[in-house]
Amino acid sequence: MATSAELSPEPAGSDEGPLLDVRDLHVEFRTREGTAKAVNGVNYSVDAGETLAVLGESGSGKSVTAQAIMGILDSPPGFVTAGQVLFQGQNLLTLGAEERRKVRGARMAMIFQDALSALNPVLSVGEQLGEMFTVHRGMSRKDARAKAIELMERVRIPAARERVRQYPHQFSGGMRQRVMIAMAMALEPELIIADEPTTALDVTVQAQVMDLLAELQREYNMGLILITHDLGVVADVADKIAVMYAGRIVETSPVHDIYAAPAHPYTRGLLESIPRVDQKGQELYAIKGLPPNLLHIPPGCAFNPRCPMAQPVCRTDVPPLYQVSSTRASACHFWKECLGESADNT
Amino acid sequence: MSDSTLEPILSVRNLVKHFPLTQGILFKKQIGAVKAVDGISFDLYPGETLGIVGESGCGKSTVAKLLMNLEQATSGEVFYKGQDITRLSGRALKAVRRNIQMVFQDPYTSLNPRMTVGDIIGEPFDIHPEVAPKGDRRKRVQELLDVVGLNPEYLNRYPHQFSGGQRQRIGIARGLALNPEVIICDEPVSALDVSVQAQVVNLMEKLQDEFGLSYIFIAHDLSIVRHISDRVGVMYLGKMAEIGTDAEIYDHPTHPYTQALLSAVPVPDPEAREHRERIILTGDVPSPANPPSGCRFRTRCWKAQERCSQEVPLLAVPSVFAGQDTPAAHESACHFAAEKDVVHAA
Repeated sequence: MATSAELSPEPAGSDEGPLLDVRDLHVEFRTREGTAKAVNGVNYSVDAGETLAVLGESGSGKSVTAQAIMGILDSPPGFVTAGQVLFQGQNLLTLGAEERRKVRGARMAMIFQDALSALNPVLSVGEQLGEMFTVHRGMSRKDARAKAIELMERVRIPAARERVRQYPHQFSGGMRQRVMIAMAMALEPELIIADEPTTALDVTVQAQVMDLLAELQREYNMGLILITHDLGVVADVADKIAVMYAGRIVETSPVHDIYAAPAHPYTRGLLESIPRVDQKGQELYAIKGLPPNLLHIPPGCAFNPRCPMAQPVCRTDVPPLYQVSSTRASACHFWKECLGESADNT
Repeated sequence: MSDSTLEPILSVRNLVKHFPLTQGILFKKQIGAVKAVDGISFDLYPGETLGIVGESGCGKSTVAKLLMNLEQATSGEVFYKGQDITRLSGRALKAVRRNIQMVFQDPYTSLNPRMTVGDIIGEPFDIHPEVAPKGDRRKRVQELLDVVGLNPEYLNRYPHQFSGGQRQRIGIARGLALNPEVIICDEPVSALDVSVQAQVVNLMEKLQDEFGLSYIFIAHDLSIVRHISDRVGVMYLGKMAEIGTDAEIYDHPTHPYTQALLSAVPVPDPEAREHRERIILTGDVPSPANPPSGCRFRTRCWKAQERCSQEVPLLAVPSVFAGQDTPAAHESACHFAAEKDVVHAA
């Protein structure tokens, strides 16, 4: 794993200073059972107004990467061991705790999956929203409350003036997620990281929330990192995708290309394994086996024990991110074959 | 599959479950009721899969419990081969339950952590010793493990030693232990990762063919339900909105709620995103303790008129389609039923 530093090329499309540029990020968790290598050399970038979807299953390191970017990693046991997080050219990892706090919330904000546990149950929604302004902007409580109402109207919570006094448990799941979005939007950050923002919601509510998020993003020209496992949501909103597996990016691509012809067998397996609402399919393709234990990541390509295309070289050599085109990259020794087969199938 | 010459194995007629809302501690006084299930009828035929979809709170899990007689129905009947199981108790109920088994959503909490896998799968034999005589049980449990694709040597392991997907296989093995005819699956794959979901869905389909099982498959994921079901029922706020074959419901929905629900499901195809019509519903699902008069969907429906608030629409083939040989002629509880394809790009 130590070799990955020199293997990773620049992510595609990063020539003119992206909003956020993550370079060769490594995160590990030191536990009693050993060191779990959660993130092993992740590179990705987001421009203003752009939506990057980070796709992966549980344990792929997609959320840990986000926590490291935000600076909210539980440490210990989690440690960033290498890499850079360049936010408008400035490496956040070298900042002190105080400076970091000024960035967090004001310039980049996060939306969490479970709004009920992310919100404080004993403070009213208005107080929690207002806190953004009293803490970061030094406003009076009265002004902060007015701002809170404005925000709630902005995310279309009905009867905001009355509901500002209510507590999180008095809101429905979709409304709570709107409060989370309002809180993230409060200080008009340049970047929002949304970690599975709609996973806990019903589909009709999910559609409402994703619509709102996309609208706000357009209006404020924010960069958005959408962390998800849902290939349908990605296809709906993303501009580009980074697919993660066992703490690495296995494929990055603009959204249209990857669905048309994936260049990594893992991506292809994921796309083939999901049933679709618009087709009655045959038997589902199932990726055999299980995602690896991060304490014992297989040598070579981490996906090799589950890969239908694996060759001896896959068990020994970690594949670098090969440049597939000017905007695509795949960490598979046999990306050409994979791309060829994918194209045949479509 | 829904061959009308066959006798249904399960027949549900006007099933109702109201949970009383009470006030006071010593002298409880009923002040209302949560109408979780409010008059539902459907049939399940041998060897078929009936999918039941709906958003949280629509009563789909309560239906599952009523079918098992785990909850006492307020009124209505559930006929298993002509016998009303809502009125059974004691030995007669026990005999029926042998033939109707359940697989639960959460494979983490539905397996006792202190029991070995062998004991978990073998426990049904303690209650129904006639199925497997004492000396035979170990062998039978190993057979079951093999059937669901687990190593028969794992008999003495504990649930925590298995992954989510493997645990769900254990849950399925337990459901199969008594050779039931009907298995009620309540969100059986929603806690699993995408790549593992496909494995479990394929397993369930294989077992259905092998043992001639009938499934009631309850889920909120419309894509999975389409994949596995022969017929699908859509529930909203304790009532069935629409029921029909998978193609009738997904390709020719006539109920506005079904149309909204389907249009909100993201399709994993970025090409479709500009071309699909999205129906974004406003507001949240009303409380089942105080459902709207008339049609329950009218508060969120764009077609609602005066008649909808006064007259409860019955679940029947809409009169506009009656007698016609069209896929739109299936049961739909809407006064203004009209066909609309929302799943496929225009």
